[in-house]
Amino acid sequence: MLVLQAIIEGVLVGGFYALMAAGLTLVFGVMDIVNFAIGALIVLGAYLSYTVCQHLHVDPFVSLIITTPLMTGLGMVIYIFLIKPIKSNKVVMSLLTMFAVATLIEGILDICYNSGYVQIHASYINNSLRIGKLNFPLIYVLSFLLSSFLLGCLYLVTYRTKFGRSLRAAMQNPVAARLVGIDTDRVSMFTLGIGIGLAAIGGMIFGTTNAFNASSSYDIISRLLVIVILGGFGSVGGALVAAIFMLVIQDVVAVVWSPVWGSTAFYMILMIVLLVRPQGLFGKKGVRAQ
Amino acid sequence: MTISQRPTPPSYEVPKAIRFGSLAVGFFALVVFPLVFNNPTISTIGVYAMIFLMAVTGWNIFSGYTGYIALGHAVFFGIGQYATAMLASYWKIPPGWETFLLIPVSMILAGVAAIPIGLIILRVRKHTFIVLTIALMFIFQLFAYNLRSWTGGSQGLEVAQPSWDGSIFNLPYYYVGLLLAMIAIGSSFVIRRSKFGLSLLAIRDDEDRARSLGINTRKSKLTAFVISAIFLGAAGCMYAMFVGSVYPQFSFDPAFDLELSIMAFAGGLGTILGPSLGALIISGAQQYFLISFGGANVFLIVYGTLFILILRFLPGGVVPAIAEKWRSHVVRKEQRILDAELQGPAKAGASK
Amino acid sequence: MTLLAVEGIVKNYGGIQALRGCTMNFQEGAINGLIGPNGSGKTTLFNVMTGYETPDSGTVTFKGKNITNSTPDEVFAAGIGRTFQLTRIFPRLTVIENVHIAAQRKGLVAQIRQWSEPEERARAIESLDFVGLTKLSREPAGSLSYGQQKLLEFAFIMVAQPKVMLLDEPAGGVNPTLLKHLGGRIKELNKTGVTFIIVEHDMEFVMGICDQVSVMHQGSALLEGKPDIVRNDPAVLEAYLGTDMTEAN
Repeated sequence: MLVLQAIIEGVLVGGFYALMAAGLTLVFGVMDIVNFAIGALIVLGAYLSYTVCQHLHVDPFVSLIITTPLMTGLGMVIYIFLIKPIKSNKVVMSLLTMFAVATLIEGILDICYNSGYVQIHASYINNSLRIGKLNFPLIYVLSFLLSSFLLGCLYLVTYRTKFGRSLRAAMQNPVAARLVGIDTDRVSMFTLGIGIGLAAIGGMIFGTTNAFNASSSYDIISRLLVIVILGGFGSVGGALVAAIFMLVIQDVVAVVWSPVWGSTAFYMILMIVLLVRPQGLFGKKGVRAQ
Repeated sequence: MTISQRPTPPSYEVPKAIRFGSLAVGFFALVVFPLVFNNPTISTIGVYAMIFLMAVTGWNIFSGYTGYIALGHAVFFGIGQYATAMLASYWKIPPGWETFLLIPVSMILAGVAAIPIGLIILRVRKHTFIVLTIALMFIFQLFAYNLRSWTGGSQGLEVAQPSWDGSIFNLPYYYVGLLLAMIAIGSSFVIRRSKFGLSLLAIRDDEDRARSLGINTRKSKLTAFVISAIFLGAAGCMYAMFVGSVYPQFSFDPAFDLELSIMAFAGGLGTILGPSLGALIISGAQQYFLISFGGANVFLIVYGTLFILILRFLPGGVVPAIAEKWRSHVVRKEQRILDAELQGPAKAGASK
Repeated sequence: MTLLAVEGIVKNYGGIQALRGCTMNFQEGAINGLIGPNGSGKTTLFNVMTGYETPDSGTVTFKGKNITNSTPDEVFAAGIGRTFQLTRIFPRLTVIENVHIAAQRKGLVAQIRQWSEPEERARAIESLDFVGLTKLSREPAGSLSYGQQKLLEFAFIMVAQPKVMLLDEPAGGVNPTLLKHLGGRIKELNKTGVTFIIVEHDMEFVMGICDQVSVMHQGSALLEGKPDIVRNDPAVLEAYLGTDMTEAN
């Protein structure tokens, strides 16, 4: 029974990671950059929601009205000033730049908020949803619903809108996309903006379901990176599957053995999979370094 | 003799005399540094500088030459630290000179560990590789926290400190560190001038092309990886001995790799001496900051900003920038001479 | 005598059939041309022959030995050198360093020695002299013009003394003078026994230099023969121009 609960919780939490990983891998697919700062940005989103909730006394979901546009704008600014100017060796240089940005954000947050753990509160945070013999924190369920909804929106935007078409074209062949008149710079700017706007939402979700401080970004980014590698860089479906899969395993191991080994299992699976399939589960095989 | 009559084009490189001269001066300065500034606080900065010097140079042998930026090399730094702490207590090594014997042991252990690790993670493309090295570091950090019976968990381990007099305590560490750093730089130099080094640079420029010309890229990358791990292990050992305690979050620390990257990039990634220069300057500044301001978070902001600026405006680093300035200086001088020569006969003709 | 042969090579990329049952023979000691309209699979065939791609089925044989699943470095060691459509050189290394990469002696101990030893240096300079790039030997390869980069590629393949050189569109983007120079080099090298397989679109170049021409169309071999015969063959014309044009003739 406990295992079943762990599995379902794994799925619920996995939704959050799936959403974030989808954003990460989308950004990579379109722009060839690894947004290493997403962990720190999620924590930033969490702190922003926290501050808004504290000062304006609103529901966490309402805080998103402020935080999301703010961070989307931040994403676009980061693109214009830091990513667009990169001329050569884009993948490596952007990764390092985002690594530096992450460190900077962490430093700023640490100074502004000190290192105490906080959590975003709402009146219904501690309520549970009861299904049969199983208990689920309401907030997990709500987060999962929100994540699924957003993933659905992402799907719709990508496959049913004009912007989405430009996005997919830029992903498949940037040069060709340019030739048919798609402004790949603008597509990239919006994609990064969306990715980081999603981080704002993810931050709210993370902040309500976990106690966090500035250094929580490491946990997040390391998990997300594992998920994206496992799913294969550039594959959104892969990210989804990998996220749910990994979180379920982590929760099950945590319940069956101990929470500590749950985290370790997370990374060990990565190593094992890479031994067999260096390109991840769904990654594009092709030019791989040997 | 006019330019047209000169047999060979001028060299664009900084003259050997200047190069050797500045190296000699630098080396001499490093040797006498703790004797001149014999304040223990200052020589402590020196010890850390030496540790970083060997670490960055080792890191550069792999990441600088092959272009595979390893952001998780702290793994080997941590292995060096834990090996030292665990062996010192297991073999009941008395504090003092005998502990220094653990240096070669740490180096070998780190090198040996690097083989299976390298075999697994060098199979992927560059960006996946970078991310993997980070994941790897977190794995080790988790192991350090969880395998409590071996690693002491979050309590960490202790390395007994020798009871030398405070005023000269730092000196042995400094000079051993300097020796190791010189070995690292020497190795970097030999590698750079060798066929092996050329293969690494070819891998950096175009790995598939290098393969198609007969270079066994797997072997080359792995070899460089192991060599760099060896120097990081040495650095870890020195660090553990000097600081006296080993903790998971400082052994396997993402910030450490950030520091290594900044130092190497700022100095000049892929050059022989660039990273050393970066290490000296930045670790000096880092220690100064620590002493003046304390608190890790100021660091993060400074490092983050610094790295962003370097990557944006000077990604090649200081040493190549200097070389470039020298080159354009020579070119401009040549141009002026050439212009003067061309104008000379014309002027003579006009005045007739 | 056939030196390099492919048989029944099939290669698919997703829904696209790049090569469908391609079978060809390339004669030893000859300058073989490989032509065909865009999309006929020429570069893919090169990739398969040199180990950059593995075919879904079919075999590649070199001197009788099956090299179908070899890796690029094995192919190179066997004696097959190859250039690329978009030049692939080492931009941050100097010209002479570029040439040394292929000139190196292998072996563990040799690796530690200096990258430029007298014997290798002599061979490297010889190659550079051959293509005429000696004056630029200390320039970073990335600063060379496109045509010069093509010559550099040629030089560093040559230095390893391969039996076969596969040239992928050597004439592309190169000015006529340089092209003549390159053509001359190819002929000269051929006289010393090096076999060539040249993919090209420049018909004049191909017809002027090749002993044998193979034509590809839609992923398989259409025709092989002497240049004059091939250039006048109606099937070839149709492949390039489409049926309407030939009927208009």
